[in-house]
This record gives sequence, C-alpha cells and structure tokens, in this order.
Amino acid sequence: METTEKTPQKTTTTTSSGGLNLKATELRLGLPGSESPERDEDGGGGVKGGAIRGFCFSSDGIDGKWNLSEMGIGKDVGLFSPPTPREREQASVIKQKKPQISSAREQVVGWPPIRSFRKNSMATTQKNDDVDASQAKSSSNCLYVKVSMDGAPFLRKVDLKNFATYKDLSSALHSMFACFTISQCGTHGVSNRDELSESKLMDLLHGSEYVLTYEDKDGDWMLVGDVPWEMFTNSCKRLRIMKSSEAIGLAPRAMEKCKSLN
Amino acid sequence: MKKTAYSFPEEVLEHVFSFIVSDKDRSSISLVCKSWYEIERWCRRKVFVGNCYAVSPPILIKRFPELRSVTLKGKPHFADFNLVPEGWGGFACPWIRAMAGAYPWLEEIRLKRMVVSDESLEIIAKSFKNFKVLVLSSCEGFTTEGLAAIAANCRNLRELDLRESEVEDLSGRWLSDFPDSYTSLESLNISCLGNEVNLLALERLVSRCPNLKTLRLNRAVPLDRLPNLLRGAPQLAELGTGAYTSEMRPDVFSNLAEAFAGCKQLKALSGFWDVLPSYLPAVYPVCSQLTSLNLSYATVQSPDLIKLVSLCEKLQKLWVLDYIEDDGLEILAASCKDLRELRVFPSDPFGLEPNVALTEQGLVSVSEGCPKLQSVLYFCRQMSNAALNTIARNRPNMTRFRLCIIEPRSPDYLTLQPLDDGFGAIVEHCKDLRRLSLSGLLTDRVFEYIGTYGKKLEMLSVAFAGDSDLGLHHVLSGCDNLRKLEIRDCPFGDKALLANAAKLETMRSLWMSSCSVSFGACKVLGQKMPRLNVEVMDESGPPDSRPESSPVEKLYVYRTVAGPRLDMPGFVWTMDDDSALRIS
Repeated sequence: METTEKTPQKTTTTTSSGGLNLKATELRLGLPGSESPERDEDGGGGVKGGAIRGFCFSSDGIDGKWNLSEMGIGKDVGLFSPPTPREREQASVIKQKKPQISSAREQVVGWPPIRSFRKNSMATTQKNDDVDASQAKSSSNCLYVKVSMDGAPFLRKVDLKNFATYKDLSSALHSMFACFTISQCGTHGVSNRDELSESKLMDLLHGSEYVLTYEDKDGDWMLVGDVPWEMFTNSCKRLRIMKSSEAIGLAPRAMEKCKSLN
Repeated sequence: MKKTAYSFPEEVLEHVFSFIVSDKDRSSISLVCKSWYEIERWCRRKVFVGNCYAVSPPILIKRFPELRSVTLKGKPHFADFNLVPEGWGGFACPWIRAMAGAYPWLEEIRLKRMVVSDESLEIIAKSFKNFKVLVLSSCEGFTTEGLAAIAANCRNLRELDLRESEVEDLSGRWLSDFPDSYTSLESLNISCLGNEVNLLALERLVSRCPNLKTLRLNRAVPLDRLPNLLRGAPQLAELGTGAYTSEMRPDVFSNLAEAFAGCKQLKALSGFWDVLPSYLPAVYPVCSQLTSLNLSYATVQSPDLIKLVSLCEKLQKLWVLDYIEDDGLEILAASCKDLRELRVFPSDPFGLEPNVALTEQGLVSVSEGCPKLQSVLYFCRQMSNAALNTIARNRPNMTRFRLCIIEPRSPDYLTLQPLDDGFGAIVEHCKDLRRLSLSGLLTDRVFEYIGTYGKKLEMLSVAFAGDSDLGLHHVLSGCDNLRKLEIRDCPFGDKALLANAAKLETMRSLWMSSCSVSFGACKVLGQKMPRLNVEVMDESGPPDSRPESSPVEKLYVYRTVAGPRLDMPGFVWTMDDDSALRIS
C-alpha cells in the first residue's frame, strides 16, 4: 500500500508564481492563525492540536494571513465568526465515539438484506410523498454515499441518515479509516489497535494531512462543513478523505458557493 | 448389427446437438467420448460462467472457439448488501478484451455484479459487428458515456438492459446517439438511471422501433409523457413507468387511461415511483391481462393496492410493499389463483415498531389460496412455527423460500421457541426446494433438518443462526446438491469447514463473514485444496499480523481451474501453497 507523496516542488512553484500570494488561500489544517511550519518541507509532519477544517468552528476571528479581502469575503461570513454556543458544545463533544442513534434501530451492515438501489429509492420517495403522518415520521431513510481515502486500498459506503451532525460523521469516519492511518504511521509508535487510546487517535488524525471533502450535486468538490448539515446531506454525492496537499484550491470555490447560497 | 457413434457424420451430430440447449445437458454430451467432446465444443454457442474467477478468458476461448453468447457473474451475492468492500474484483475488462479478439461474431453479453468500465463498453461497441444483447445486472463502474458508444455503434442491437446497475449519469444525451436509421430495439431497461434522458429522442426511438416489446423507464420520465410513448409502441408487452405522479388534471388522467387501453399486449407493469393513488385507475383497462406486476416502489395504502390487485386475475408474479398488509394478501389469495411468485418488501425496514398490519398471516393466506405459489420473498416482523408448518403443508410445490424476519434472532412470537421446527417443516414437505433463506432464532437443529431433508437445495443463506460447528457440518454433509452457501454472523468455525473440505469442490462458492473461522484454518484449507481459491478479506491489515487462531473477517471460497486470481485488492489474501510468500 503506497501513498502518493506530494513532491516538495509544487510548494515552491506556488509561492513563486508571479507574485500571487497563493499561500494565503492554501488550505491549512488547524485554526486560522495557528502555524504549521512542517508543511513547507514535506507532507508527513503533524500539526498537533489542530482540527480538520470545517469541523471546528471555534476560530478566534479573522486572521490576516488568510487575506480574506483577496477572496472577497467580508467579516460577516459565518465561517469565521466567533463560535456560537452550539458550536462550542459541538467542539466539546468532538471526542464522542458512536454516531447518534436516532429513533431507528442501530443498523447492522447489510441487514435487513435490501439492495442499495431500493433503499435509496425509498429514501427519496418517503421525502416527497403525501403519505399520511404515521409513515412519514419513520426516520430511517437511507442515503448511501461512497467514502474513499487517498491511499487506502478500500472504499466504504456510509449512510448519511445515520448521522445528525458533522461531529457524528467525523467520528464514524475516523473509526472506519483509523486502522489504515495507523498502519501508515508506524513511526508514531502505535503498533496495536487495541492499545490506542481515543485521544491518541484523534491526535493522529488531526495531525495527519487529510481533509474531508465531498462531491456535490453539481459535480464540484467541496470541503465538508461549510454548509448547514441538512444542506450537506441533500447535496452530497460522494465523500473523499483527501490529502490536504491536493485540496488546495477547494477553499475559494467553497466560499463562492457559500456566498451564492446565502 | 452394431451401431457406433461414429457411424454418423459430424454434421449430423452437430445438428442433433443444436437441439440440446441446457448447459447441464451440453456438459453431459461432452463427457460421452473424445469425439463428442470435440464436436460439442465447436458447436457450442452459449456459455454461462457462474463465477468469473472459476475459469479464465484463455481457458474459455480455447475450449469454445465459436461462442455467440456469454454470461458472467462476478461478485458474491452478499455484495448486494454492502458486505463486499469496493474494489474487491469482478472486473469485466479482461474478459471483454479477450472476447473482442476471439469472437468477432459475438452477439450477447450478460454480466451480473461485475465492474464494467466505459472502456469495456467502447470495446464492445466497436468489436462485435452483429452485437445484439447487452444485459448489465447490478453492475457498476460505467457512465452514460459508455452507453453513448453502444448506442452509436451497435447497429443490430436488440436489447439494452441496465437493471439495477449503478451508472454514473453524466447526461441524458446518450440516447440521442442511436442513429435515425436504427430500428431494431426490442428491449430497453433504463430504470436505474438517475437523470432525465432526452425525452424527444426517447419518443422518436420508441415510435420507430416496431419490435419494441419491453420498455422500462426511469423515475425521471414524467407521467404526462407516458401516453405519447405508449401510443408510439402499442405492441408493448412489458412497461416500467417513470414517476407515477403529476398535477391532478382530468386531461392527464383520461389521456393516460386511453393510452393504456390501447396496449392490448401489455402483460407486465413496473415502475410506479411516487404514486398518486388517484392515477392508479388509469391502468385498470389492462389489469385483466397482466401476468406480472411490480409495485415494490409504490408507496400507496392497502385499499388502493387491493383495488388494483383484485382486478388482475391472471397475475403470476407480484412484487409489492408491505403496505398491502394481511388484508390485502387475503384478497390476493382470493383473486389471483395463478400466482406463482410473491415478494413483499418492507416499507420501513429500520423502524423499531411495525408501521403496517402485515404479519405471518398474510403469507399463510396466500399459501392457502394460491395453489401454484412456488417462489416467496417475504419481509415481516413476526413468525411462528405453526405458520411455517401450515405454509409447508399447503405448498409442497415451493421451490424458492426466502423469509426475512426483520429483527435478528426473533423467536416464535407465540411460544418464544426457536423457529427450527417451522423451517424444518418447510424443508421436509417442500421436496423440490432449491433456494432457502433463513431468519429468526435458530439453533443447530434447523441445520440438522436441512441436512436431512434439503436434498435438492442449491442455495442457502444464513444469518445470525446456529450454536456450533455442528450446524455447518449438517449442511455441508447432508445437502447433496448444494452449490452456493452464504453465511454471516454465525458461530461456525474451523472443524466443520476442514472436515468437509472436499465438499467445497462440488460447490460454486462458500461465503462466511463475521463467523469464527480462524486464519490458521484458512491456511490449512488453502494448502489442502489446490483447486479451491480460499480468499480471506480483512480491512484491518494482513491476517498474519495477528495470531493464527484469530478469526478472519470474511472468507470466500470457490472452486476454480484458473488458479489464484491476480487482480486482488490490498485487503484480500489468497491462501494456497505459497500463501506464506504472498503475504508480505
């Protein structure tokens, strides 16, 4: 299992291309204002204490490094405003392990044995139909999307209806793909999955060079977390845990879309 | 006077053989003697490969140089339920490439659960001048671009059927790529496509193909376009509607009813997404001639379903949601005496409480009222041994019985006992049972029944059942005709598997996931049985990084003459003589 390493060369070209400060729009992991010096050298370093962008809204206001005026974003954009009490609460439960269990049964993979095509068809039907309330309240539609991770040898499918917030989704994905990341980062001294404590797991993944992105209905790749959850589940077609080095350029597009949606 | 086989010239034998179509018979013929083997292989036109990894393209081509029709199946059945990770395999490309070179006159390709790329479709489109039939059942990996290539190039195409495939729908434009001169379409199934196709192109295509018998539209085709389509193809025998809803306007309804009435040959109906119940009566004119009705996407209530179904006196096949309820099934039993196949799907499979009044009683009614009932797929929330017993005694002609009690390990709701006796009655009385799916609370005893009575059983699906290896042993040692066995979440382990290793060579495949088979046993099996591929799937890393006694996540064993496959993804390992070398 090899991963595609980002060549250092690309970093240098972006910073020297015609005076454009592309580094300002370069996707960063961690809170705006936090430094991530390792990124300039190689793709393997870790940023401790940061959060995958888009999940942690507890930013401390606008940082000059982001050069927001260049991107045409004003101070009011929700992305960079101080965290609301709800967001603070969400940030504090970031370590929650299990996805929120709705009033539906906890789903076992592949049970009951119903094909995805049928499940997805029924999901949309129940949303649109004028069926009487007793059926409409059944919460358990399914919305399977594929999840891939750069460098991982397998894809997964998750049912977005299983989650109520970005935190839930993030935790579930962390567990799903943790084993792969761990086997990649043998140097971190983690050999046995069982020995891994939860905080260590979070650190590992936050420190890794991955961001969570999704392909929306228009075929564009966006960062996860930029839009309200409901909007996200309605437009998400596929998820990809992308190497952050490849995610450069997603940020501006996401902002554009966000603007046009508001 | 002694008559010998070679007193007939080859041509005569060939002619005689041409009347033998079943694969089994063809196989028997080829075993009579060497000359018959030779003659048979040169005149074989159709081949069915139930597991694409059981054989390889070169082997197939070498033996059968003049095929016109090939059917291939790829992934294990449990892939339908997300149990097989993406990238597992089942790639059609190597087959299609090889066949493009070897069979320029190939006419039919049917693939199931395989990964098909646009490139493969392009190869098909360009390589086979007389290409007629393309069926992609539960396939994935291609886009509408690949379909465009088929449409543009296959002048003699008769059938294009994409049933339940996952197609990346980039645009509906591809349908326009059928040239205006193209008129040979007989069957089109695009029900799985997500986006709208070019409706004008569709209408023109439908009306210029006089032999079009089957048309299954996708959900995006609006109801108000259906009458035009029907008027363009009054000879249609099978129709799948698009979304069956529209603004309620009297002219739409009368237009629709009139169009349906004009289809005197219509025998099968499906589709019915987003049904507006007030539009259902539009199909009443054709109900009396229908033999097949698929309402499994129609979220309408029992009264509307009952009205519809009670008019279909010739019905042989009904697929429906559990909205039909026990009452509806009772009416079905009274009205449709020719019913052969019933499938009842759950409208709310993940809800904790039942949302409809559908119980075991519905199935009992149908088993009582429909003497020809032989194929059942039934999702419900409660079952009893008594009911199963009744069903078994009512319907000894049952050949396919798949019961899914939604909550795993549910006991007989009346006695709280396991459902061993009930399923035992099924296998005992239904002597021609070929396919069985179990559910509910089951001990090793049900497997003892199955091993004892299930002599004709070919496919068995088991989940959350059994107590010990004895269960598995009963099945493997008792079911003489077993071809496919798929098991999940059962406490079956090494002993039964290794004791019945030889049996596995008589079967197509064995799937076991979340059971108790150890890595060490898999290695032993792989080493002992060179003509089996023993594949271990583990997404958490190489199995030899854990102790030999730890259970494997997933095990897939199948017989093969092609040796271990070479296209395995990183999470699949083959256990064979070199397994020690391969894992590293």
